[in-house]
Amino acid sequence: MRIGRLVAVLTIHREIIEAIVAHARRDHPDEACGVVAGPVGSDAPARHIPMENAERSTTFYRFDSTEQLRVWREMDDLDEEPVVIYHSHTATEPYPSRTDISYAGEPNAHYLLVSTRDPQTAEIRSFRILDGQVSEEPVQLVGESMDAMRSYEENGDPHAVQSFMFGQSPAAVDYECQR
Amino acid sequence: MAIDVRIPTILRSYTGGAKAVTGAGDNLSELLANLDGTYPGLRGRLITPEGGLHRFVNIYVNDEDVRFLGSLDAKISDGDTVTILPAVAGGAFGLAAAAAVLGR
Repeated sequence: MRIGRLVAVLTIHREIIEAIVAHARRDHPDEACGVVAGPVGSDAPARHIPMENAERSTTFYRFDSTEQLRVWREMDDLDEEPVVIYHSHTATEPYPSRTDISYAGEPNAHYLLVSTRDPQTAEIRSFRILDGQVSEEPVQLVGESMDAMRSYEENGDPHAVQSFMFGQSPAAVDYECQR
Repeated sequence: MAIDVRIPTILRSYTGGAKAVTGAGDNLSELLANLDGTYPGLRGRLITPEGGLHRFVNIYVNDEDVRFLGSLDAKISDGDTVTILPAVAGGAFGLAAAAAVLGR
Protein backbone atom coordinates (compact mmCIF):
# COMPACT_ATOMS: atom_id res chain seq x y z
CA MET A 1 0.00 0.00 0.00
CA ARG A 2 1.35 3.41 -0.94
CA ILE A 3 0.27 6.93 -0.11
CA GLY A 4 1.84 9.16 -2.72
CA ARG A 5 5.52 8.30 -2.83
CA LEU A 6 5.46 6.91 0.69
CA VAL A 7 5.38 3.29 1.65
CA ALA A 8 2.68 2.92 4.27
CA VAL A 9 4.61 1.21 7.01
CA LEU A 10 6.69 2.60 9.83
CA THR A 11 9.99 0.77 10.12
CA ILE A 12 11.73 1.79 13.31
CA HIS A 13 14.48 0.51 15.54
CA ARG A 14 13.27 -1.24 18.67
CA GLU A 15 15.56 0.86 20.87
CA ILE A 16 13.89 4.06 19.64
CA ILE A 17 10.44 2.65 20.46
CA GLU A 18 11.72 1.70 23.92
CA ALA A 19 13.05 5.24 24.43
CA ILE A 20 9.72 6.76 23.30
CA VAL A 21 7.75 4.49 25.64
CA ALA A 22 10.15 5.31 28.49
CA HIS A 23 9.59 9.02 27.83
CA ALA A 24 5.80 8.53 27.81
CA ARG A 25 5.95 6.55 31.07
CA ARG A 26 8.16 9.19 32.69
CA ASP A 27 5.76 12.04 31.87
CA HIS A 28 2.56 10.07 32.64
CA PRO A 29 -0.14 11.23 33.50
CA ASP A 30 0.85 14.25 31.38
CA GLU A 31 1.08 13.71 27.64
CA ALA A 32 4.63 13.32 26.33
CA CYS A 33 5.71 14.40 22.85
CA GLY A 34 8.72 14.40 20.59
CA VAL A 35 10.30 13.76 17.24
CA VAL A 36 12.45 11.14 15.58
CA ALA A 37 14.60 12.78 12.91
CA GLY A 38 16.06 11.01 9.91
CA PRO A 39 17.83 11.91 6.67
CA VAL A 40 15.58 13.83 4.23
CA GLY A 41 13.72 11.43 1.93
CA SER A 42 15.03 8.32 3.69
CA ASP A 43 11.86 7.53 5.68
CA ALA A 44 14.31 6.13 8.25
CA PRO A 45 13.83 7.41 11.81
CA ALA A 46 17.30 7.63 13.39
CA ARG A 47 17.63 10.34 16.04
CA HIS A 48 15.19 10.47 18.97
CA ILE A 49 14.48 13.97 20.28
CA PRO A 50 12.16 14.11 23.32
CA MET A 51 10.42 17.52 23.42
CA GLU A 52 8.89 19.52 26.25
CA ASN A 53 5.11 19.48 26.39
CA ALA A 54 4.61 23.23 26.83
CA GLU A 55 1.04 22.59 28.02
CA ARG A 56 2.03 20.08 30.74
CA SER A 57 -1.43 18.63 30.39
CA THR A 58 -3.02 15.20 30.71
CA THR A 59 -5.14 15.82 27.60
CA PHE A 60 -3.22 18.23 25.38
CA TYR A 61 0.28 18.74 24.09
CA ARG A 62 2.09 21.47 22.26
CA PHE A 63 5.75 21.73 21.35
CA ASP A 64 7.37 24.74 22.97
CA SER A 65 7.71 27.07 19.97
CA THR A 66 11.25 28.20 20.81
CA GLU A 67 12.49 24.64 21.34
CA GLN A 68 10.77 23.62 18.11
CA LEU A 69 12.58 26.30 16.11
CA ARG A 70 15.92 25.19 17.53
CA VAL A 71 15.22 21.51 16.78
CA TRP A 72 13.83 22.17 13.28
CA ARG A 73 16.89 24.31 12.42
CA GLU A 74 19.20 21.61 13.72
CA MET A 75 17.43 19.05 11.50
CA ASP A 76 17.74 21.44 8.56
CA ASP A 77 21.49 21.85 9.18
CA LEU A 78 21.90 18.06 9.29
CA ASP A 79 19.74 17.49 6.17
CA GLU A 80 17.18 15.74 8.34
CA GLU A 81 13.42 15.96 8.57
CA PRO A 82 10.89 14.85 11.19
CA VAL A 83 10.27 11.23 10.13
CA VAL A 84 8.20 10.48 13.24
CA ILE A 85 6.19 12.88 15.39
CA TYR A 86 4.94 11.14 18.51
CA HIS A 87 2.82 11.87 21.52
CA SER A 88 1.09 9.90 24.23
CA HIS A 89 -2.53 9.56 25.23
CA THR A 90 -2.53 8.75 28.91
CA ALA A 91 -6.11 7.59 29.52
CA THR A 92 -7.48 6.75 26.07
CA GLU A 93 -6.68 4.66 23.03
CA PRO A 94 -3.72 5.59 20.82
CA TYR A 95 -5.82 6.91 17.95
CA PRO A 96 -5.60 10.46 16.54
CA SER A 97 -8.15 12.81 18.06
CA ARG A 98 -9.76 15.51 15.96
CA THR A 99 -7.29 17.92 17.56
CA ASP A 100 -4.39 15.75 16.38
CA ILE A 101 -5.80 15.69 12.86
CA SER A 102 -6.39 19.46 12.76
CA TYR A 103 -2.80 20.17 13.71
CA ALA A 104 -1.06 17.52 11.60
CA GLY A 105 1.22 19.75 9.52
CA GLU A 106 4.14 17.57 8.48
CA PRO A 107 3.03 15.67 5.37
CA ASN A 108 6.08 13.38 5.36
CA ALA A 109 5.82 12.37 9.01
CA HIS A 110 4.53 9.19 10.59
CA TYR A 111 2.30 10.20 13.51
CA LEU A 112 3.04 7.72 16.27
CA LEU A 113 0.71 7.47 19.25
CA VAL A 114 1.49 5.67 22.47
CA SER A 115 -1.13 4.96 25.11
CA THR A 116 0.09 4.63 28.68
CA ARG A 117 -3.39 3.91 30.08
CA ASP A 118 -2.25 0.39 31.01
CA PRO A 119 0.73 0.48 33.39
CA GLN A 120 2.18 -2.79 32.06
CA THR A 121 1.48 -2.70 28.35
CA ALA A 122 2.16 0.28 26.12
CA GLU A 123 -0.14 0.40 23.10
CA ILE A 124 1.57 1.79 20.01
CA ARG A 125 -0.02 2.75 16.70
CA SER A 126 1.21 4.70 13.70
CA PHE A 127 -0.70 6.87 11.24
CA ARG A 128 -0.36 9.06 8.20
CA ILE A 129 -2.44 12.20 8.41
CA LEU A 130 -2.88 14.05 5.13
CA ASP A 131 -5.52 16.70 4.40
CA GLY A 132 -7.67 15.56 7.31
CA GLN A 133 -7.55 11.91 6.31
CA VAL A 134 -6.12 9.37 8.72
CA SER A 135 -4.59 6.09 7.50
CA GLU A 136 -3.26 3.58 9.96
CA GLU A 137 -0.10 1.71 9.02
CA PRO A 138 1.75 -1.22 10.54
CA VAL A 139 4.79 -0.69 12.76
CA GLN A 140 7.74 -2.87 11.87
CA LEU A 141 10.45 -3.16 14.49
CA VAL A 142 14.07 -3.74 13.55
CA GLY A 143 17.06 -4.47 15.74
CA GLU A 144 17.32 -6.15 19.08
CA SER A 145 16.58 -4.28 22.26
CA MET A 146 19.22 -3.71 24.91
CA ASP A 147 16.73 -4.79 27.55
CA ALA A 148 15.87 -7.94 25.65
CA MET A 149 19.54 -8.79 25.21
CA ARG A 150 20.18 -8.28 28.88
CA SER A 151 17.13 -10.34 29.66
CA TYR A 152 18.36 -13.07 27.29
CA GLU A 153 21.72 -13.14 29.06
CA GLU A 154 20.02 -13.38 32.42
CA ASN A 155 17.28 -15.90 31.83
CA GLY A 156 17.51 -17.08 28.24
CA ASP A 157 14.30 -15.45 27.10
CA PRO A 158 14.85 -12.69 24.53
CA HIS A 159 11.26 -11.49 24.82
CA ALA A 160 10.81 -11.56 28.59
CA VAL A 161 10.63 -7.77 28.97
CA GLN A 162 8.42 -7.01 26.00
CA SER A 163 5.42 -5.03 26.98
CA PHE A 164 4.33 -3.43 23.71
CA MET A 165 1.11 -3.94 21.85
CA PHE A 166 0.94 -2.74 18.27
CA GLY A 167 -2.37 -1.95 16.63
CA GLN A 168 -1.81 -2.92 13.03
CA SER A 169 -5.23 -3.10 11.45
CA PRO A 170 -5.09 -0.86 8.36
CA ALA A 171 -7.99 1.54 8.49
CA ALA A 172 -8.85 4.84 6.88
CA VAL A 173 -11.10 7.35 8.59
CA ASP A 174 -12.15 10.49 6.77
CA TYR A 175 -12.76 13.36 9.17
CA GLU A 176 -13.09 15.95 6.42
CA CYS A 177 -16.83 16.35 6.79
CA GLN A 178 -16.44 17.24 10.47
CA ARG A 179 -14.00 20.13 10.07
CA MET B 1 14.16 45.68 1.29
CA ALA B 2 14.62 41.93 1.28
CA ILE B 3 13.49 39.57 4.00
CA ASP B 4 14.49 35.91 3.83
CA VAL B 5 11.45 33.71 4.45
CA ARG B 6 11.68 29.97 5.24
CA ILE B 7 8.72 27.96 4.00
CA PRO B 8 7.70 24.65 5.66
CA THR B 9 7.16 21.50 3.57
CA ILE B 10 3.38 21.69 3.83
CA LEU B 11 3.24 25.18 2.27
CA ARG B 12 5.78 24.67 -0.51
CA SER B 13 2.97 23.92 -2.95
CA TYR B 14 2.39 27.71 -2.86
CA THR B 15 6.02 28.58 -3.62
CA GLY B 16 6.64 26.18 -6.49
CA GLY B 17 8.50 23.87 -4.12
CA ALA B 18 10.88 26.59 -2.90
CA LYS B 19 12.14 26.14 0.64
CA ALA B 20 13.15 29.79 1.00
CA VAL B 21 11.77 32.89 -0.70
CA THR B 22 12.23 36.63 -0.28
CA GLY B 23 9.66 39.26 0.53
CA ALA B 24 9.38 42.85 1.69
CA GLY B 25 7.64 44.84 4.43
CA ASP B 26 8.21 46.76 7.64
CA ASN B 27 6.13 44.40 9.73
CA LEU B 28 4.77 40.86 9.50
CA SER B 29 1.40 41.99 8.18
CA GLU B 30 3.03 43.86 5.26
CA LEU B 31 5.39 40.98 4.57
CA LEU B 32 2.53 38.46 4.34
CA ALA B 33 0.58 40.79 2.00
CA ASN B 34 3.70 41.17 -0.14
CA LEU B 35 4.28 37.40 -0.24
CA ASP B 36 0.66 36.76 -1.15
CA GLY B 37 1.14 38.94 -4.24
CA THR B 38 3.90 36.63 -5.43
CA TYR B 39 2.49 33.38 -4.00
CA PRO B 40 -1.31 33.70 -4.01
CA GLY B 41 -3.04 31.76 -1.26
CA LEU B 42 -0.07 31.59 1.10
CA ARG B 43 -1.38 34.32 3.39
CA GLY B 44 -4.71 32.53 3.73
CA ARG B 45 -2.95 29.54 5.27
CA LEU B 46 -1.36 31.73 7.95
CA ILE B 47 -4.09 34.22 8.82
CA THR B 48 -7.62 33.41 9.99
CA PRO B 49 -10.66 34.96 8.27
CA GLU B 50 -10.88 37.24 11.34
CA GLY B 51 -7.39 38.54 10.61
CA GLY B 52 -5.43 36.89 13.42
CA LEU B 53 -2.43 34.60 13.23
CA HIS B 54 -3.59 31.01 12.72
CA ARG B 55 -3.05 28.76 15.74
CA PHE B 56 -1.82 25.95 13.47
CA VAL B 57 1.35 27.84 12.56
CA ASN B 58 4.33 29.36 14.32
CA ILE B 59 6.06 32.33 12.72
CA TYR B 60 9.43 33.56 13.95
CA VAL B 61 11.42 36.72 13.27
CA ASN B 62 14.99 35.51 13.60
CA ASP B 63 14.92 33.51 16.87
CA GLU B 64 11.73 34.90 18.37
CA ASP B 65 8.15 33.64 18.09
CA VAL B 66 6.11 36.59 16.73
CA ARG B 67 3.48 35.92 19.42
CA PHE B 68 6.02 37.57 21.76
CA LEU B 69 6.68 40.42 19.30
CA GLY B 70 3.20 41.79 18.72
CA SER B 71 2.06 39.07 16.33
CA LEU B 72 1.19 40.62 12.94
CA ASP B 73 2.59 43.98 14.09
CA ALA B 74 6.03 42.43 14.68
CA LYS B 75 8.67 44.75 13.21
CA ILE B 76 10.91 43.39 10.48
CA SER B 77 14.12 44.87 9.13
CA ASP B 78 16.24 44.27 6.08
CA GLY B 79 18.33 41.15 6.53
CA ASP B 80 15.96 39.51 9.04
CA THR B 81 14.97 35.89 8.57
CA VAL B 82 11.32 34.95 8.99
CA THR B 83 10.68 31.25 9.60
CA ILE B 84 7.27 29.61 9.25
CA LEU B 85 6.73 26.23 10.94
CA PRO B 86 3.63 24.12 11.48
CA ALA B 87 2.69 24.25 15.17
CA VAL B 88 2.99 20.74 16.56
CA ALA B 89 0.16 20.15 18.98
CA GLY B 90 -2.77 17.88 19.68
CA GLY B 91 -3.81 15.45 22.34
CA ALA B 92 -6.60 13.28 23.54
CA PHE B 93 -8.95 16.17 24.21
CA GLY B 94 -11.32 17.48 21.53
CA LEU B 95 -10.22 20.67 19.80
CA ALA B 96 -13.24 22.75 20.76
CA ALA B 97 -12.97 21.69 24.39
CA ALA B 98 -9.23 22.33 24.43
CA ALA B 99 -9.67 25.78 22.91
CA ALA B 100 -12.29 26.65 25.52
CA VAL B 101 -10.18 25.43 28.43
CA LEU B 102 -7.00 27.03 27.16
CA GLY B 103 -8.74 30.27 26.27
CA ARG B 104 -7.81 30.39 22.58
